Amino acid sequence: MPGAILARLCLVEARRGGLPWLAAASLLAALSLAAFLSEVAITESRSLQLAVLAAVLRASAVFFIAAQVAASTLRELNDKGLELMLSLPLARSTHYLGRLAGFVACAVALAALFSLALLPWAPPGAVALWGVSLACEAALVAAAALFFAMTLAQLVPAIAATAGLYLLARSIGAIQAIAAGPLAEASALNRLAGLAVDGVALLLPRLDAVTRTEWLLYELPSAGAYALALGSLALYGLLLAAAGLFDFHRRNF
Amino acid sequence: MRDERRLSEVPRWVWALLAAAAAAQIAWQGARQPGQPAAAELPGAPSAAALELAAFGERPLAARLVMLYLQAFDLSGLDYPRLMDWLGATLELDPRSEYPLFAAARVYAEVPDAARSRIALEFVYERFFADPDRRWPWLAHAALIAKHRLGDLPLARRYAQAIDRHTRSRDVPLWARQMEIFILEDMDELEAAKIMLGGLLERGEIDDPAEARFLQQRLQALEERLQEKR
Repeated sequence: MPGAILARLCLVEARRGGLPWLAAASLLAALSLAAFLSEVAITESRSLQLAVLAAVLRASAVFFIAAQVAASTLRELNDKGLELMLSLPLARSTHYLGRLAGFVACAVALAALFSLALLPWAPPGAVALWGVSLACEAALVAAAALFFAMTLAQLVPAIAATAGLYLLARSIGAIQAIAAGPLAEASALNRLAGLAVDGVALLLPRLDAVTRTEWLLYELPSAGAYALALGSLALYGLLLAAAGLFDFHRRNF
Repeated sequence: MRDERRLSEVPRWVWALLAAAAAAQIAWQGARQPGQPAAAELPGAPSAAALELAAFGERPLAARLVMLYLQAFDLSGLDYPRLMDWLGATLELDPRSEYPLFAAARVYAEVPDAARSRIALEFVYERFFADPDRRWPWLAHAALIAKHRLGDLPLARRYAQAIDRHTRSRDVPLWARQMEIFILEDMDELEAAKIMLGGLLERGEIDDPAEARFLQQRLQALEERLQEKR
């Protein structure tokens, strides 16, 4: 299957590019930071360790995937490797989706490694739910980074756009809460700003509802809420893949 | 392995520049005063929503990091109303975290200044009602402080009555529900603290090693202080 071969090539490139070492280094850094901070705490030292580990590993997984996807895609574009591949008798969708599948596999592998590291601190069920959610979140970031890298065709803008989308998606809930706060002035301008924020929220995935540290610290989400949160990620991933395919089919190389 | 040229290919002036820059960096940082502990002036507390935004939605982590930040301030010059605003925002950020109430009851209320101690105790009392079945241990401790440190028996009884009237869970031990009797009994602070800590430890309420260590140190300090008095 040509798509599977393309996916495998992405995985091989990530391995040879040192992604596993980077993941191990970030794990070590997160463990060290957690150990240091818990020494300063006078209570909840274990939950502080877990919260630090979960937050640092989540951010690391997302950053590594975004950087890996953007760098790998742009290297292929700049080296004209993509043009060479496109001369093969393969549909453009196979090229795009094969690569996306490879990056998603990278995301799943990273999420699995980082979830295993949390096992000494949290119950296996909670870690499993958190890990699946992290895998979906990182896969969504891979789809976003592939879309931006293909569309913008420059490394820094591609990474910046992916990071911007990710951070905004994680903060939009808090931004909406601030905009609708009781102390907000009831002027026309404020109402307009509130509507604008709500409008932006419609275009973003709700990343603040997934991979939550509270699942590890306190209690598992209800099955319905969990399915809804991951379902919204899947839908947004589909939207990004469709947008990427649309752009890829229109493009002249 | 990267294909590299020999070290001798590097011009001497580049070697010298590298060594000088590294030495200057180390000297500069070495001469700098070690980081000042947080200044006495505690800034105004941001809202929980602002803290959540700053932490990109990582509410439990943000709540705990705020507590570590507050711990760095010197207790003597601390503005208590502002401090309570910070603790309130932290509790709003992660209502299930015990850290803010633990710090209010065990650290900020245990200061020699009675007025500031009362501010911290009232914070514990006000926040108790949001989740009595989980927050009773801090109000129980507040009752002990009100009785033994402030010598304010009506205040201690008010706290004890709140535990009795508002806790519903079976997990709340009998001695906590009967705190008022415990308060009215003629027992010294050490004895009362020992009974309370013993009860909490026995029920597995204190399972965090840092907390157990901290409380053990506090108990020891209390023992020494009372021995000195005698």
